[in-house]
Amino acid sequence: MSPDYAPLVPLMVVLPLIGAGLTLAAAGRTVVQRAVSLTVLVGMTGLAAVLLWAADTQGPQVVFVGGWTATEGIVLVVDRLAALMIIVSSVVMLAVLSYSVGQGASSFDEESDGHSPLPVFHPALLVLAAGVTTTFISGDLFHLYVGFEMLLSASFVLLTLGGTVERVRAGTTYVLVSLLSSVIFLAAIGLVYAATGTINLALLSERLGEIPLGTVALLNLMLLIGFAVKAAVFPMSGWLPESYPTAPAPVTAVFAGLLTKVGVYAMIRTQTLLFPQARFDDLLLVAALLTMIVGILGAIAQDDIKRMLSFTLVSHIGFLIFGIAVGSTHGLASAIFYVIHHITVQTTLFLVLGLVERVGGSSDTTKLGDLARISPVVGVLFFVPAMNLAGIPPFSGFLGKVGLVQAGVAEGSWLALLLVAGSVLTSLLTLYAVAKVWGRAFWSENVAGITGGGPLRGGHHQALEAGVLVPTAALVVVGLALTVLAGPLFDVATRAAVDLTLREPYLLAVLGSGGAP
Amino acid sequence: MILPITIGVLTAGAIYLMLQRGMVRIIFGLALLAHAANLLILSAGVTAWRGEPLPSRTGVEDAGDPLPQAFVLTAIVIALAVTVLMLAMAVIGHNDDTKRMPETGETHRR
Repeated sequence: MSPDYAPLVPLMVVLPLIGAGLTLAAAGRTVVQRAVSLTVLVGMTGLAAVLLWAADTQGPQVVFVGGWTATEGIVLVVDRLAALMIIVSSVVMLAVLSYSVGQGASSFDEESDGHSPLPVFHPALLVLAAGVTTTFISGDLFHLYVGFEMLLSASFVLLTLGGTVERVRAGTTYVLVSLLSSVIFLAAIGLVYAATGTINLALLSERLGEIPLGTVALLNLMLLIGFAVKAAVFPMSGWLPESYPTAPAPVTAVFAGLLTKVGVYAMIRTQTLLFPQARFDDLLLVAALLTMIVGILGAIAQDDIKRMLSFTLVSHIGFLIFGIAVGSTHGLASAIFYVIHHITVQTTLFLVLGLVERVGGSSDTTKLGDLARISPVVGVLFFVPAMNLAGIPPFSGFLGKVGLVQAGVAEGSWLALLLVAGSVLTSLLTLYAVAKVWGRAFWSENVAGITGGGPLRGGHHQALEAGVLVPTAALVVVGLALTVLAGPLFDVATRAAVDLTLREPYLLAVLGSGGAP
Repeated sequence: MILPITIGVLTAGAIYLMLQRGMVRIIFGLALLAHAANLLILSAGVTAWRGEPLPSRTGVEDAGDPLPQAFVLTAIVIALAVTVLMLAMAVIGHNDDTKRMPETGETHRR
């Protein structure tokens, strides 16, 4: 009899919350705060690895909170998909936290520790971690909503850190849009409960089959709209490039990596588990195409690297929606693989951008130049994830895109083939966008009176300490490891996708075991 | 009919307020919308006048459904906290809409 790993599941939420309390209590003692946060995130990463192993070898790990059965209580479920998501998010969080710790007494501490009455960065980041994990492991809709609200509240604080006018202005758009989507989600939960009498995901997947198809379609559409706003799918994506670029580099990195992917995760979960009979595949395919194209066209038009990256973030959400909408096992597996790749790469790029800002004093390509000579290290650190993002072989971005294209061709409808063409075009345009940044910021000489070779004049520059270089480099290495380990990783993603398509493992784990702990 | 009409009036008022320009009005609009959503959830479980869901006081056949009430309680707390946060943001960023150009990183050529 192997040991039971399910009791570890709640720790993934409890640990960061305890950490948040401790760091808030230790306000003003930066060393204690950092020690606690790092310990918590290292612990979470270790736990997530154990849970991934357990979920992969022994099936979904289920916890019935408080001993209530699935009909009335909260259920926490870690299946392969959830386990993959929590381990990637933990690793990314750890890297970002190390980066912000490594910044030392720099601009960031002035904002969070010096002038602010409370140093809230660490507590807010840990609450964000707890919220993200909650959404990944929750087994019912309302708990999912609470997880969303946890991570949103924490993100509001992080986005408006320091309370400068620019950040409050950018944050206002973000807060209003997020809350509106939350209310839509909440109303959808009310309607789901009215229609079926439950909000447990496993029970819902049984009961939704018994009610009229039109009602199910309405519920699905409302949930999709709520999640699509959070995931920044095209018609609802305008808020993202407006709000992300103003935040400090580590905050933007976390947001870019995790927040939109939480919406994507919720879409994968609900589309496969709840609504296999009333899916809006064609609608999603059109939305995916528009997200890709509009996003990448926006990215090309930008001079500022931060804004360019925010637009590529929107654009590549389209690839994920593409994988969901194709709906075959291979499409889902590719989407899951692509989520993992995209979380890592996008976070890495925003961290590297923080380095660029430190070396060059700006993130505007019209003011930058010659960075490849001034700091070859930053050049390499930017080049590798940028090529990965553009999908150059043999990087993991290429592998994920090939999987999606294969799934699209296998689907065979003209809309899917159009999507295949669109995704190839988007990849090429992504390459153009990052090459433009590379050419202007790293290779062009003597722009705006910058002297080559020496330190740049004007703006404020900071030395590159090991504290910020090492976490960024580590994340670049993780991105490369995704390429090297693509075989086993794709196998796990495929097994997760098979679970999702079958639905049986999830239902059996939640409903089959009788409910008692 | 009282509950659906109330939800409808709340939603209409919320949308009207959210289309206004001032931040405080938008916040009031969102608060009204949250109320509408809460009443919607309540109406999912408590469709008639029913007693409190306490086994010692009310029989099971007369009691209301406790689950939507628990949902609504949670949602109210969240809405309250977020409203406070938004009001703070309205104070810090006051009048930035009518007096300042948007600082979005784009250059505005005039």
